[in-house]
Amino acid sequence: MKLEVNIEKHFPVFRCVFDFVLDNGSCGVFGPSGSGKSTLMNMLSGLITPDKGTIKLNGQTLFDSTKAINITPDKRRIGVVFQHAHLFPHMSVKKNLFYGRNRTRPEERNIDPDQLISVLGLESLLDRSVTQLSGGEKQRVALGRTILACPDLILLDEPLTGLDGQLKFQIIPHLRRVFAEFAIPMLFISHSLQEMRMMTEKVLVMGKGTIDCQKSTEELARTTLGNGGRGYTNLLDLDSPEDLGDLLSYSWGKVKLMLVKTENATAGQFSLGGRDILLFKKHPEATSARNMLSCTVRSTYQTDWLVGVELQCEDKILIAEIVPQSVEEMNIRPGAEVVAVMKASAFQRLY
Amino acid sequence: MTPLSPDDYTAIRLSLQVATSATIIALPLGFAAAYLLAFSEIRGKAIIEGIINLPLVLPPVVVGYLLLLLFGRNGWIGKLLNHFGISVIFSLKGAVIASAIVGFPLLVRSIRIGMESIDKQYIHASRTLGASWWDTLFSITIPLCYRATLAGMTLMFARSLGEFGATIILAGNIPGVTQTIPLAIYQYTSTPGGDQMALSLCIVSIGLSFIVLLLSEAANRKMARN
Repeated sequence: MKLEVNIEKHFPVFRCVFDFVLDNGSCGVFGPSGSGKSTLMNMLSGLITPDKGTIKLNGQTLFDSTKAINITPDKRRIGVVFQHAHLFPHMSVKKNLFYGRNRTRPEERNIDPDQLISVLGLESLLDRSVTQLSGGEKQRVALGRTILACPDLILLDEPLTGLDGQLKFQIIPHLRRVFAEFAIPMLFISHSLQEMRMMTEKVLVMGKGTIDCQKSTEELARTTLGNGGRGYTNLLDLDSPEDLGDLLSYSWGKVKLMLVKTENATAGQFSLGGRDILLFKKHPEATSARNMLSCTVRSTYQTDWLVGVELQCEDKILIAEIVPQSVEEMNIRPGAEVVAVMKASAFQRLY
Repeated sequence: MTPLSPDDYTAIRLSLQVATSATIIALPLGFAAAYLLAFSEIRGKAIIEGIINLPLVLPPVVVGYLLLLLFGRNGWIGKLLNHFGISVIFSLKGAVIASAIVGFPLLVRSIRIGMESIDKQYIHASRTLGASWWDTLFSITIPLCYRATLAGMTLMFARSLGEFGATIILAGNIPGVTQTIPLAIYQYTSTPGGDQMALSLCIVSIGLSFIVLLLSEAANRKMARN
């Protein structure tokens, strides 16, 4: 996928200027509310006409003000998953799912509907009215509806914003599976860093109506802009645990982690705050914390008031955030050996 | 209640014919006007809206007189129609036009309210899923405002059944040709001894209007359930 954008749009109290080239199949657009994310999405999909400039997707000109080219939204082959699903209320789930597909030329229908319905777990919902669906189910149907139209690019406009925490994280695995399995290029628009990290590897960072920079999602997560000053959060994909009575032992690659026992003891993604990790020069003799990992410092970086320490733990990487005085006192530098200590209760299940 | 005369039955038939024709003819135009007012961002929308709503606030007799000026032999449209041998005044066509014009604002207003309640994102979603403008109109916009459209059609039909002022000016009061129920009632009330006949037609008129409202409500409920 190659998306080339160089457009301008003036509103009475707002001006948008977007100039970027994307060649990554899965990219995020990150920025606070009011930074112009939805305006960009609407201009890409053809729902708003830019004042001037060009938009090209895979070499095809979708908009060119000088040549008076403006392909209509139905011909652009850019699908949109809206924030509030917007399933057609007068149609069943099945009719919603096939709405776009029925309007796609047979030779362009390159996605097997049965496979997609299975991946999204929608088999039992097909004959239902959309008014009988939960928020999460609605978003899954909206996603399926857009994918079945077989677009060249999918724009996801804050698709998880309207959902509460648990529902949000129930959808993310579906999103990840779908985009991995069907290899559909996407632009994921969100103001949530956590969602962005789960869905993309590269992001366009937006300011007030412009693209400030392009960087990797991981790089963004390490900045105050990205994490909103709340510090870095490690995201850990843990395998199915072993029950040790009072604790659960999870495998994180080659690393073993002890977590507090919960009802839902299955594999999943967990978060661990970088500020919840203590660093020791030597292995502590006795501590209430259940996780002590021998690590090597890979690098350090400065945030506003803290220092981020990138640690190599076996085959995995952890980020701890500590105060600069500790870095000096412990002589933490690349190559130094440290012990990272985390409480069993410091891990939070995301999904 | 005095039994109805053959002329009364003809007046009832003509009333239904005029109301049905006026509603059917006005529907596509009313839908287009409502769409323009609800979704477009053209300049002078307030003026267009004012012109559409004018028959609602003007005395029907004034509307009728203006139509007579337009469709008369020397009127702009009348002259044009004369070339094709079509005459509107003092004919059933005139009654249909008068009813259509007077009931038009009610139809537009109702459909417009229905359209304005549609979240535009449904239309955007449809367009980005590959549906053309026409396709979106028929598969999304019309189904989502069908109840408002039905309500508008009912109002217009009922208004056309009772239309008097504009009709009597443009189409006259010719028994068997342009005399609808309200015109027949008017004639009975101006004739000595016609009170009982007028009352009979009034009861028929009430019954017809009530049936229309009941049918509309039943259809509305059925659609809501579906």
